[in-house]
Amino acid sequence: MVWLTVNGRPTEVAADDDTPLLWLLRETLGLTGTKVGCTSGQCGACSVLVEGRAARSCQLPANSLGDQRITTVEGLGGPLAERLKAAWIAHQVPQCGYCQPGMLVSAVALLSATPEPTPAEIAATLTNLCRCGTFDRISAAIRQASQPPAPPPPQP
Amino acid sequence: MSDDLPPSPILKLSRRQLLHGAPIAAGSLVLGVTLPGLPALAAPPSFKPTLVTINAWLRLSSREIVVAVPQAEMGQGIMTSLALLVAEELECDWTMVAAELVAPDPAYLNPVLGQVATGESSSLRTTFLPLRRAGAAARLMLTAAAARLWRVPVAECLARAGTVSHPASGRTAGYGALAASAARQPVPEPGAIVLKERARWSLIGHSVPRLDVPAKVDGSAPFALDLALPGLVSAAIRHAPQFGATVTGINDSVARSWPGVIAVVALADAVAVVAQRWHQAQRALKEVTVSWSAPPPELVADDAAALARLRAGLAERNPVITAERGAVEVALKGAERVIAAEYRLPFLAHAPLEPTNATARVTPERCEVWLPTQAPGPLQALLAERLGLKPAQVLVHPTLVGGSFGRRREADAALEAALISRQVGGRPVRLMWSREEDFRHDYYRPAAVVGIQVALDHERRIAAWRQRVVAPSVLARTAPEKVRDGGEPLVTAGIADQPYLIPALRVEYVRCNLGVPVGYWRSDGHSINAFAVECMIDEVAAALHQDPLHLRRNLLAQDSRAMRVLNRAASLIGWGTALPAASPTSRRGRGLACHSTAGTLVAVAAEVTLGDDGVLAVDRLIAVADCGTVVHPDAVEGQLRGGLIFALGATLEQKISLQDGQVTAAGFDDFPLPRLGRLPEITIEVVPSEAGQGGIGEVAVPPLAPAIVNAVSSALGRRVRVLPLSEADLSRSAG
Repeated sequence: MVWLTVNGRPTEVAADDDTPLLWLLRETLGLTGTKVGCTSGQCGACSVLVEGRAARSCQLPANSLGDQRITTVEGLGGPLAERLKAAWIAHQVPQCGYCQPGMLVSAVALLSATPEPTPAEIAATLTNLCRCGTFDRISAAIRQASQPPAPPPPQP
Repeated sequence: MSDDLPPSPILKLSRRQLLHGAPIAAGSLVLGVTLPGLPALAAPPSFKPTLVTINAWLRLSSREIVVAVPQAEMGQGIMTSLALLVAEELECDWTMVAAELVAPDPAYLNPVLGQVATGESSSLRTTFLPLRRAGAAARLMLTAAAARLWRVPVAECLARAGTVSHPASGRTAGYGALAASAARQPVPEPGAIVLKERARWSLIGHSVPRLDVPAKVDGSAPFALDLALPGLVSAAIRHAPQFGATVTGINDSVARSWPGVIAVVALADAVAVVAQRWHQAQRALKEVTVSWSAPPPELVADDAAALARLRAGLAERNPVITAERGAVEVALKGAERVIAAEYRLPFLAHAPLEPTNATARVTPERCEVWLPTQAPGPLQALLAERLGLKPAQVLVHPTLVGGSFGRRREADAALEAALISRQVGGRPVRLMWSREEDFRHDYYRPAAVVGIQVALDHERRIAAWRQRVVAPSVLARTAPEKVRDGGEPLVTAGIADQPYLIPALRVEYVRCNLGVPVGYWRSDGHSINAFAVECMIDEVAAALHQDPLHLRRNLLAQDSRAMRVLNRAASLIGWGTALPAASPTSRRGRGLACHSTAGTLVAVAAEVTLGDDGVLAVDRLIAVADCGTVVHPDAVEGQLRGGLIFALGATLEQKISLQDGQVTAAGFDDFPLPRLGRLPEITIEVVPSEAGQGGIGEVAVPPLAPAIVNAVSSALGRRVRVLPLSEADLSRSAG
C-alpha cells in the first residue's frame, strides 16, 4: 500500500512500491487526464505537479513521493490555472489534444515560478513533445496568461 | 450497443458540455443524404428509421442538434467543420449544435477512398456538398411540418435561428418541438433543395470555436486508453525483432509468476502478457523468452544494404511506366543537354503521441473494439473475417485520435487485442504497445531512391522529364487491386499530377521490397516526389543560369492558382533582396518550392543560415496556400502550420534505420521531433479562393523539405540530394 496526496486528498492505493505514479493516477484513481506517451520521460504527456513543480509521472516510483502534494490536470485550480485554460481556449491551442494536459500542467509550473517568462525561458521549460505542431499557439497562450492583470485605476 | 456496457468513449462534443452518447430517441428527425454516383444502401440498423441512402446524419431534440461524424477526429477539427456545414443550411442556433463520432456503416463510404475511412485529405472534399444538402433538406422538412401543424402555406413560413415562424399569424415553434413531425415529412426532391449563395454564408468561412477544444484543455476528452469497462485487464506486447519472423517457442514460467499476471499469449509474430495493470504486464513481458524463426529472405539487413538495393532499381531495364505524355525518349536522345540527379529518402515513422492501442472484448458471438482509427470500415470487415464472425457481429467504436498521420489506418493492434481477448475467455483487454514497439513495428513511409533526367533543348527549355521512383509498395499490401498493372499510384503521386507545363513526361516505378512494412504516411508519395521534383527544378535553373523563381513562373504560366501562391510566398520571403550573412563564418540562403496535393496548392519559401562548420538553422518559413473554399480558417491555419512542423522534423533529422534487420529507434530521443524554442518563425497565408474544396491535412508537408534543401544548397553552393539533412555533410570544407 502506498499513501499519496493527490489533488488535495490523501489517498491510500494498493500498489507495488516501484509502480510509477502515472499508473496509479490512471488505473487506480481513474485520473485519466494524465496521459501515457512514452513511459520513459521523453515526451511529457504524463506531466503532473509535485509540490508545484512539473514532473513526469512515468518516472516517479510511488514510494519516492512521501507526503508531497501531487496535482493532476483535473486538480488544477486557482487564478493562474484558470487564466491559462482560458488562454488555451482563446488561442484554440489543441489539435489532437493528447499532449495538451501535460503542456498545460507544465505551463502552470512555469508561470508559478516565473510569472513573466522570456521566450527562452518558455522554451527551456516546455520541453514536452507535440506531434501536431501546436507550439506557436502554446507560446501565445502562455504569453497571454503571463500578462499581469491591469493595475487598479489610481485613486484620486 | 449492448445494455451492459457503458457507451463508447466517443462521444458527443458540444459547446456546452461533453455528453455521453445516447441511443437515438424515437421520433427524432433522422435524415439521409445521397452522394451522387453511389448506389442506394440499406440504412444502418442503429439509425432506423432512416429514409434514404445515408452519408451523414443529423438528429434534433429540443435541446440540441447532433451531427454524426464518421470521420476520424485527429485534431484537424473535422467534427466542428462537418457540424458547421449542416448548421449553415439548417439555419439553426450554432450554440445548440453538437457533433458525435459514429460507428462505421457502408452508408458512410468515402468516395475517394472507397472505404469507410479517413485519409488523403478527403473529408471536406467529399462532404462539402452532401452535408450542406442534409442541412437544407432538414430545414425544408421542419418548415413543412410547421406549415402542416398551423395549416398555412409552406411558402409563408420562415426558418431562422432554430425556430420556424409564420409572420402573418405570429406563430413560432422551435426545431426540437417540430422534430418528430418533421421526420414524417417526405424527403425533399433533390431539385427542391436550393443551397445558400456564398454571399449569405454566416458559418462557412468563419472560425467558430472548435467543439473538441474545451475537453482537450481540461483533460476530460476521452481517448481509447481512458475507457473504463467492467473486468478490464491490460496487455503488453513484444513483436518479432526482425520483420516477418514468427514465434517458434516461448518460455513463460517466470513471467507467469509475476504479480498481477493473468496470461501469457503467443500470437503468430508476437507474444503478449495480460495482467491486471499495464505496468505489471510490461514488466513480466521482459521475463518471457521467445525463440523466433528466421526472417524472410527479402528482409534487408541495414541501411547500406537497403540503399544498394534501391539504387539497383535505377538500372532496372523494365520499369513500370505509370504515366507518360509526349515523346520522352526522343527528346532525351536529341537533347542539347541532359541534367540528371538522384535523390534519397529514408523510412519514416509516424510517432503520434498516443501509443498504438486497442481495447477488445470478444465472445463467440460478438467482437467489440474501441480504438483510435482512421479506417473503421475495413477494420470491421477484417475482424469479422479473422474471427469467423459476420460483419454485423463486429462493433467498432472509433474514439478520438491522439495523432495518426496515416498510422491508424492499420488494423494490427485491434486484431491483436481481439485475439488476446479471445484467449482469455472474452475478458475485455486493453492492449497498449510500448513506445519501443511503436517505433520498431510501424508501417513506415517507404524509403526511396528517385532518379530524374531532364532534357534541355537547343533553346534552353525543358523538353522532357523522366522520373523513376524506386521504393517498396504500400498498395501491394493495403489495396492490391490498385496495383495489378505493377504501378503504384500512392508512391508515385506528386509527379504527373503537378501543374508544371512540361512537354514530355514519363514516370517510372520500380518496386523494391525490402521486407520492411510500409504504409500510409501524411501525404504519402507526395512527400517523396515533391522533394525530388522541386530540387530538380532548382538544379535545372542553376544549369540554365536562371533564377529558380523565374523558371517556376515560366513553367506555371498557365496555372493562375499556382502562380499566385508562388509569387506571394516569394514576395513574403523577400525573394531577390539582399540576404547578408550574420557572421563571417556563416552564409544564408533562400529556397522555394511549390506543390499541389489533394486539390490544394502550397508554396513554401525558406530562409536558412548555414555555418561553415555545417551547423544549420532554419530561420524563417513562409507557406502560402490556395485550398479553394475554406470552411474553417483557424483549423486550416493549424493544419498548415502543423504540417510544416511535421515535415521539418523529417527534413532535418528523422530517419528509421535498420541494423541486423531490426529498427534501431526505441524512443523519441532516436527520432527527434521539433520542439518549442527550436522552431523557425513561421508565416501562414491562405489566399482567398473560390476554387473547389482542396485538402488540408497533408498539403503543407510535401513542399517543406525541398524549400529548405533549396535554401541550404543555395547557401552551400552545391546541391544536397539526401534526406534527412543530418545525413549530409553541410560543412564548407566537405564536398
